[in-house]
This record gives sequence, C-alpha cells and structure tokens, in this order.
Amino acid sequence: MKYKAKIIVHLKEGLNDPEGRVIGKALKNLGYKIGELKVPKYFELTFESENPEKDVEEMCRRLLANPVIHTYSYEIERLGE
Amino acid sequence: MPKFAVIVFPGTNCDFETVEAIKKAGGKAERVWYKSSLKDFDGVVLPGGFSYADYLRAGAISARAEIMEEVKALASEDKPILGICNGFQILTESGLLPGALRPNKVPRFLCKWVYLRVNDTQTAFTKFYEEGEVIRMPIAHAEGNYYTDSPKVRIVFQYSDEKGKITEDANPNGSILNIAGISNEKGNVLGMMPHPERASDKWLGSEDGLKVFKSMVEYVRR
Repeated sequence: MKYKAKIIVHLKEGLNDPEGRVIGKALKNLGYKIGELKVPKYFELTFESENPEKDVEEMCRRLLANPVIHTYSYEIERLGE
Repeated sequence: MPKFAVIVFPGTNCDFETVEAIKKAGGKAERVWYKSSLKDFDGVVLPGGFSYADYLRAGAISARAEIMEEVKALASEDKPILGICNGFQILTESGLLPGALRPNKVPRFLCKWVYLRVNDTQTAFTKFYEEGEVIRMPIAHAEGNYYTDSPKVRIVFQYSDEKGKITEDANPNGSILNIAGISNEKGNVLGMMPHPERASDKWLGSEDGLKVFKSMVEYVRR
C-alpha cells in the first residue's frame, strides 16, 4: 500500500531557536508585533508499507528527530495500492 | 605500536592533520573511508568537517552509517574513541555520548582561539594534563552549542578565560555549563568541539592539543 506522510519536527519547549529568533527580529524590524517565532522542520515523503504508523514513527525516532531536543508530529494519507 | 583509524566520511576535513598529530604523539594512524572495516585497529578518531554537508543535523547522517556499528563495538571493548567537532556531533547523534549539539547561540560560524579548563584527567585522552590546567585551542563550528537533559555527564573540558575561570563571556556558543568536551562514564569515548590536531605543534600557534593524542596512545599501550 502507498502512503504519503507529512512530518513536522519541533524543538522541545524551552529550547532556544536561534534561527527563529533572528527571523522574528527581522519581522519586528519590519514593524510587526511578533512574539515568539519558531522554525520547525517539515518533511514530506511517499512510501510503501504494510504498517505505515509504525514505519513513520520509526523513521522519526531513528533519524528525522533527535529525541534529546525534538518532538514530532505527523499525518499519514493513503495514496492507493 | 598502537594503530588508530581516522574515519573519513563524505565532507570530512582535518583528517590528514589528525593523522599527523597521532604520529607525532607516537602512534600509527591511517585514514579509513567510511565504507571500509575497522578490523585491526586499537582505536578510532572521528575528525572534524561537515559530513554530508551537515544536512538534517550536523553529524546525523554519518551517525547512521554502518561503520558506526563497528565503532560502537570497539567502544564496548574499552578501546579509545575520540570525536573532534563534527566527530563529537556524530558521537552524540549515534548515542555513544549523551546530549546533542545545537546551532550556536548566535547563529553563525565561529572560527577562533579559545581557552579551555581541563576538568577531568582520568579519561583515556587527558592523562597527561593536570586538573585545572588551562589550555589553548581553536574552535571552528556553527553547531557547537552542547545541550543535555541528563544530570550525569562527565565534563572533561570547559570554555574558560585564560585564568581558568568559567565565565559567560568565555562561552563562545551557548553550551550549558560552558561544556567544550565530555566523555562517557568509562572515559574511553570523548567528544570535544575544539580542535586538538590544530594545536599540536608550536608553529600552529599552540601544542596544547598534543597531549590528547599522547594520552590516547599511552592508554592503548598500558
């Protein structure tokens, strides 16, 4: 079965996001009232699997996220046979 | 003579310098392409650089290479494993050392000389230093901001001022507790952001880093 996964990897709460801070500051400089800005990482992939939930969970745990500093969330969509 | 593998991934640099530093310290060293085997080596050095262009996270992709299973096996046999800069990032990503290396607090590449305080002389890499000794080495990294949520970390080197005082000003990248280098509990796996191989001869500006390699060679000989 073919699937599509949309995965977002977030920095854990309380961890400093330097890229987000700099981009947020640039928006402030443009006159916007920005609070906190974060830059999560987004992955989009198609894959074949018999057990899509388990495979995506594993891909996140083994490579896409670093459990010391990240949390992750995902959506899986079925594409067909 | 103790023989060390200096592992080369796509994008590694400092490998030749590391080989020279090990030779100067009295060991044998060979550059080893990451698709080779680590049979017949007494220890491993993961040198600096930007393996896989630092894609995803610095060191993340190299850490999942097959050769790292062999590195883990050698580590469990108490053989010395040293990770310098990108090598440190690979060691944390592979789980051989706790924690993670994040982008520098001010998100830019840093290349400068720093002072370090030697905090632990009981590891395979610090036997020739004195506790509290202040040494000078260069750093060159964009992701050297060490973070851990584990309270049990063996801190080996800390960024300090030239008198050995651990101050916020002396911390170049925002690492917690000014951490510049840590080891595993047993002391045979060390990761450090500063480059000891770039401080292994007087004409380089310092030879304070040579004792890392001397200690490692001596540790195998013991």
